[in-house]
Amino acid sequence: MTALVLLDHEGGQIRKAALSAVTAAARLGDVHVLVTGDAALAQAASQIAGVSKVLHAADARYAHELAEPLAALLVSLAGSYDHIVAAAGATGKNVLPRAAALLDVQPIPDVVSIVDAQTFVRPIYAGNALATVRSSDAKKVLTVRSASFDAAPAEGGSAPIEAVAVVDSPDVSRFEAVQLSDSARPDLESARVVVSGGRGMGSEEKFHALDPLADALGAAVGASRAAVDSGFVPNELQVGQTGKIVAPELYMAFGISGAIQHLAGMKDSRVIVAVNKDPEAPIFQVADYGIVGDLFEVVPQLVEELKK
Amino acid sequence: MKILVPVKRVVDYNIKPRVKADGSGVETAGVKMSMNPFDEIAVEEAVRLREKGAASEVVVVSIGVQQAQDTLRTAMAMGADRAILVLTDESPEPLAVAKVLKTLVEKEGPSLVVLGKQAIDDDMNATGQMLAGLLGWGQGTFASKVDVVDGRVNVSREIDGGTEQVSLALPAIITADLRLNEPRYASLPNIMKAKKKPLETIPAADLGVDMAPRLTIVSVAEPAERKAGIKVGSAAELVEKLRNEAKVI
Repeated sequence: MTALVLLDHEGGQIRKAALSAVTAAARLGDVHVLVTGDAALAQAASQIAGVSKVLHAADARYAHELAEPLAALLVSLAGSYDHIVAAAGATGKNVLPRAAALLDVQPIPDVVSIVDAQTFVRPIYAGNALATVRSSDAKKVLTVRSASFDAAPAEGGSAPIEAVAVVDSPDVSRFEAVQLSDSARPDLESARVVVSGGRGMGSEEKFHALDPLADALGAAVGASRAAVDSGFVPNELQVGQTGKIVAPELYMAFGISGAIQHLAGMKDSRVIVAVNKDPEAPIFQVADYGIVGDLFEVVPQLVEELKK
Repeated sequence: MKILVPVKRVVDYNIKPRVKADGSGVETAGVKMSMNPFDEIAVEEAVRLREKGAASEVVVVSIGVQQAQDTLRTAMAMGADRAILVLTDESPEPLAVAKVLKTLVEKEGPSLVVLGKQAIDDDMNATGQMLAGLLGWGQGTFASKVDVVDGRVNVSREIDGGTEQVSLALPAIITADLRLNEPRYASLPNIMKAKKKPLETIPAADLGVDMAPRLTIVSVAEPAERKAGIKVGSAAELVEKLRNEAKVI
């Protein structure tokens, strides 16, 4: 059996989450990947360990991974594959369900575990339940959570690159512009340490109190939905059911009460630390270490202690 | 221009879901149900487009049991003009929902279908994209801003590393993300008014759509519980624990 993985990219780099999708696909069979964009991306794809063929769609219409042309392309390639897989990120969730509809397949999103070629485990109800589902479709279309599968090594492979031709699709969408947040910090979904803030941060300005701690730990910065809703930080920092799902070695939550939908995004972290004024905050029920106190006092103290 | 807004009745977001003892699913009997929060955002956006003059009518549709009427009445209290209930006792998968919606789109002829990006029960995040695929329409998913201009709709989309803008020809599909708007509360007079707005019920079987599920639920289980740890007294103690006990820094 062979699986086709859509490798998504951002800012000229293959997203690290896509490497986790390669690992998941390797559990299902031989792995081919489809990548759009320039030749450098195809080269990078060919070096991923475990990939046996790279399909490169170089045409400009695919460069921005617009769902309408890309889903049509996936459908045209699908005949040779038993599984079509992508990381459960913005691109995979945009493109794969469309392709699945065109293939008359019910997609299986957010897979966290592969039981066999037909059977997959996925969280429902914000991770409050885990559903094991078996698909009766001839092809399986799935997105996988990067937090649940290790990233395939970015180097070590030498897969051949094959150009794929353009396929007709409805000309109904146009890419206009993109704004990527300019951050020197590690990628939230693959960072070893995540430092997150919630409503308790108080304001956009005060949210930056976490910066020195993130710097000291080499951590990515995340946020709860409440902090995003309050306008403290942009949405791409959101951790939770409707944001990013993370499982770092260390997750530190500051001023986050621990709503169900936030816990859904971080409760698989190896070690969880919570700092909150409210001793009854639900976040303490999942935290390995908690401090009841004012985060604006605790954070600078942590930075000092880390220097020692 | 007509806007169609599909809405789903789900377990209220404040309720902690309980897995049924026999592992067949999540308990919904006797549990408070509400409109899926992302669908409220979709309804709000459609109503705002009508209030701005960009649309003339907002039609809401739900596919589900008789009680989904309450969800439709809520949407009409928020400002939707009329409602359609596609009646079924099953809980159809996104593929089946998309097929049902396609038949309604063909009947109603909307220029825009605005949906929530995901339902908070099955967390599928698929129906809008699948409907767009079946119709051959453009899709502006995970929208944080929507502008209808000169026969097109410009959409700002939430993506992994920031925001993206796409321009779609009408008719098109939009799926609403969190920041698109803040849904209004329905006022009492509007709740009363909504009771008199038209609500049409169509048995799902009458639509001639294959709604058979493709996924069999093998089991539904509670995830492993995380145990609460310890409280520490100071930053110094925390750093010591993280270094020497947890060994994560």
